[in-house]
Amino acid sequence: MSKYMGKAVKRVEDPRFIQGRGKYVANLKLANMGHAAIKRSPFAHAKINGVDASAAKALDGVIAVYTGQDLQAAGVGSLPCGFNPPGIVTAPHMPLAVDKVRHVGDGVAVVIANDIYTAYDALDLIEVDYEPLPAVVDAKKATAADAPQVHDEIPNNTSFHWPLGESDTVMGAMNESDHVVELDFINQRLIPNAMEPRACVAEWNAFTEEMTVWTSSQNPHLIRLLMSMATLGIPENRLRVISPDVGGGFGSKIFHYPEEVIVPWCSKQLGQPVKWVSTRSEAFVTDAHGRDHVTTAKLGVNNDGTFTALHVQTWANMGAYLSTFAPMIPTALYITLFSGLYKIPHIFGESWGTMTNTVPVDAYRGAGRPEASYLLERLIDIAARDLNMDPIELRRKNFIQPDEFPYQTPVAMVYDSGDYDQLFDKAMEVSGYNEMIEERDRARQEGRLVGIGVSGCIEASGAGPSKVVTSLGAGVGLWEHGLVRVHPTGKISVLTGTHAHGQGHETTFAQLVADELGVPMDDIEIVHGDTSKTPFGLGTYASRSAAVGGTAIMKSCEKIREKMKAIAAYQLEAAVEDMVYDQENGTIHVQGSPDRSKTFVDISVAALMGHIPDDMEPSLEEATFFDPPNFTFPNSAHIAMVEVDKESGEISLLKYAAVDDVGNVINPMIVEGQLQGGIVQGVGQALLEHGIYDEDGQLLTGTFLDYAMPRADDVPMSALGRIEIPSPSNPLGVKGAGEMGTIAGTPTVANAVMDALHPLGVRHVDIPHTAAAIHGAIQSASVSAD
Amino acid sequence: MYPPKFDYYRAGSVEEALALRKQHDGKFLAGGHSLIPVMKLRLSDPGVLVDIGRIDGLKGISAANGSAKIGALTTHAMVEAADNLPDILPEAAGWIGDPMVRNRGTVGGNIAHADPASDLPTVFTALQAKIHVAGEGGSRVVEASNFFTGLFETAMSDDEMVTAVEVPSKDNHTGTAYAKLFNPASRYAIVGAGAMLTMQGNQCTAASVSIGGLLPNAIRCPSVEAALFGQTLNEETIAAAAAAVANDIVADDVMGDIHASAEYRQRMAPVFVKRAIAAAAARA
Ligand SMILES: Cc1cc2nc3c(=O)[nH]c(=O)nc-3n(C[C@H](O)[C@H](O)[C@H](O)COP(=O)(O)OP(=O)(O)OC[C@H]3O[C@@H](n4cnc5c(N)ncnc54)[C@H](O)[C@@H]3O)c2cc1C
Repeated sequence: MSKYMGKAVKRVEDPRFIQGRGKYVANLKLANMGHAAIKRSPFAHAKINGVDASAAKALDGVIAVYTGQDLQAAGVGSLPCGFNPPGIVTAPHMPLAVDKVRHVGDGVAVVIANDIYTAYDALDLIEVDYEPLPAVVDAKKATAADAPQVHDEIPNNTSFHWPLGESDTVMGAMNESDHVVELDFINQRLIPNAMEPRACVAEWNAFTEEMTVWTSSQNPHLIRLLMSMATLGIPENRLRVISPDVGGGFGSKIFHYPEEVIVPWCSKQLGQPVKWVSTRSEAFVTDAHGRDHVTTAKLGVNNDGTFTALHVQTWANMGAYLSTFAPMIPTALYITLFSGLYKIPHIFGESWGTMTNTVPVDAYRGAGRPEASYLLERLIDIAARDLNMDPIELRRKNFIQPDEFPYQTPVAMVYDSGDYDQLFDKAMEVSGYNEMIEERDRARQEGRLVGIGVSGCIEASGAGPSKVVTSLGAGVGLWEHGLVRVHPTGKISVLTGTHAHGQGHETTFAQLVADELGVPMDDIEIVHGDTSKTPFGLGTYASRSAAVGGTAIMKSCEKIREKMKAIAAYQLEAAVEDMVYDQENGTIHVQGSPDRSKTFVDISVAALMGHIPDDMEPSLEEATFFDPPNFTFPNSAHIAMVEVDKESGEISLLKYAAVDDVGNVINPMIVEGQLQGGIVQGVGQALLEHGIYDEDGQLLTGTFLDYAMPRADDVPMSALGRIEIPSPSNPLGVKGAGEMGTIAGTPTVANAVMDALHPLGVRHVDIPHTAAAIHGAIQSASVSAD
Repeated sequence: MYPPKFDYYRAGSVEEALALRKQHDGKFLAGGHSLIPVMKLRLSDPGVLVDIGRIDGLKGISAANGSAKIGALTTHAMVEAADNLPDILPEAAGWIGDPMVRNRGTVGGNIAHADPASDLPTVFTALQAKIHVAGEGGSRVVEASNFFTGLFETAMSDDEMVTAVEVPSKDNHTGTAYAKLFNPASRYAIVGAGAMLTMQGNQCTAASVSIGGLLPNAIRCPSVEAALFGQTLNEETIAAAAAAVANDIVADDVMGDIHASAEYRQRMAPVFVKRAIAAAAARA
């Protein structure tokens, strides 16, 4: 019986966060610290003919001004792309632009001043001689022969092409299908907006030649690696990267950003600490954006509802530069998920990564998988209507069956486990699906536009094994490190290479260790986010922390138990094979003689003092580098009900129900929190959020006045249910819970809105389904009906 | 977001505020929820701020003789919580921004700023409010329908300030309501409609209707009012009257943006006017 695992233990990190006592990078104050502000391009595309910083330099309180040329001359390197599929064409990305700016917000110069107000005043005094160039913002239009070129190195603005499958074979099967659903659509650009804006503080010690960088990042080790290897050239043993409390990331803080180069470089140059904190306005034009696909898709389906073939072409907007993992998102994390929960015998997908004069696009909560789910679940929904079938029945008809796992999809993935019928049974129960249908039909008879949306989504989490992901183009493996250190007093430090920025690892990992070793949770500290403390790690994203990082910790606990048993056996003069580790209360006794026992603390002290077998090394510290044998595959059935106001197009989300299989659950409260929040983010994409550029490359949604984030009153609390089918990919049996809400939320709500408009004959409206967009669709439907 | 340098003065009285403003060619600071954001975006550089926020006597609501006087520094939250104001005011104030904005933003600042997407200009226009304005030469009263003159423009000169807004007090035969199409991002009004109706039984004996959000400034809707006057109100007559709003709106003046095209806003005008009238009638 576990004391902690599976229990809704309150989050140990909450008291400090709720009371505003978290320690974020922006809270850091160092003696003699300079404040940095960055001059940013107001143009989407322009040549820089010159930068005159003389007036800025002369302003009282300004310490220095540097331009892109200064950094280049000093040998600062280009920000690297860490995922390079075969045939990719890349171009340099200098932390400050040297001779050309390529998006609004591209950095041109940096001011360091005694205070931040002076730094901003100085920005206004820097004169940049720009020669504006035509811009391109659309992923597909960027490939046109006459489109403006973003980089000379990347012809036709096409950085890579990634096909998977045999297009001809798939089209052959498609053409033999009874029916083909075709859809051209967009998956709109999103702007992540974590609550804490990015921030960076750097301190160079000229005597020890050591650099310390505090940065608001999801994976400090990777940032250190890239700084060392590519941008700053400071060796890892002299470079310490710390990510303290981080206020949300949603993917946007995975990447190595220009400021993480500029700020340390300035600190070294000036011999004083330097701090930079992004303003919200800056965040809009510098944090990597998400999604932004233009897609053409076809789904073949027979009259009995069986799927025959899927053919997809996507133009994925990469923005002005390839961000750290950008090419991975519309390729290895997207096309490989096209099979969804279904047996689709023939699948072909291809994507083009194209450069535009917009903010770089990279992983955003779900990263590729939301785009895959949205596309498939929209197509299936249209198919259900075309065939006049219940959308759940159509899905069930094509489910991969429980006895078919491991299931090899036509798109590389081998699914580990699942029971999709059970999932939908439960979702129908939790949502009250049958009553919902009655309610909708009654409303329809009253002339109201009420709709129900369904989706069944799959996610690939806990990526691995490393050999596979690196063979696809990743520059790093995706294993994880977990070290368990038992102090002589029996207290425990756990060092993990994952990073928590809202996920609650300090709680869940402590629950795990407490049960593995039979000690109180209070005796355990979870250490993360500092390259000088944790040996290495690959950070937190893609719902990998429990599945990969948790497993590494669990395996280290197993090693600790084995060593403790050996020490106890030595002390009790018994055979190791006869020792029993009682995980309930952390004692070790001889099998059959509970009184011949040692406590956890007895052994901890003994290990320190060397009261151990002769051939054993002292101390109790064990580490594991866990490389997962496969991904895990969380899956979900979500159902929503909406009402559309006929006159205005306003949408009310009436009900939302979600049943998820995230495998075994460590802390149900945290899992529910991840789902509730994730669903809100998914609903945000369906109804509200849209990063819009005009043709000149100006971001029209650069503040919260224009970028619509979901608010608490936009979304009802979701009714949640769960089925727990343990993942065979890791011994914890966990699958990952961080992203499914977002992945499923979007197609579920979009399908509900389209169902509401179905009586009017509306087939598809691109998201976000704003009141104005929906009203437009209602208008054109009634015009064409007349 | 860091504003440019500015000097700050705090006024203790209306007279001092007017004098300081003139002396320094500065700008009044009330709740700061329109002014400070534009300063932080460096779209406004006033140089000198004259804080009127702590002037005695300008904050609060007093009712007497059939009218209620709302001091210029009364916050939206205070209006939202008031029980002696026509229903339209707490209703509209409760829909402004979020609790932080409502706790800081003031009625005087809202109408002085005259943002076309603000709610209170439309509300005060429907209520036929009297705006009390103080200047060096003394004070004057401007009818709401004459106060809002254009995009961020009012009938006030730079040398004047709003001291209070006078509205009719709540009465049993008069119903008031506000209907709002929210901008999904900012929650300002894409279209806002206000109505004040006096009813005898089902018959409308007086009507005052306004619309804002889609035009540079809020306006009265005389065609709608004429169509309501003397009518027995039911679903059809209300819809017909609301449709007359098309005659009150100069189509070329209707604004559009990424959230709502001019065409969509124009189509929404009668929808929200209808909702405001129906709700007001139900309350009368
Ligand atoms: C996030 C957010 C959401 C909002 N949403 C809404 C909304 O939905 N609906 C809505 O109506 N408003 C909304 N607002 C605006 C809000 O109501 C402001 O508070 C209001 O517009 C300005 O009032 P203030 O007291 O803050 O004025 P300030 O910002 O202090 O001043 C605004 C302007 O008015 C001048 N001024 C202020 N007081 C006086 C006076 N007594 N006499 C003469 N001039 C004066 C100032 O000099 C300045 O030019 C929102 C604001 C924010 C920040």
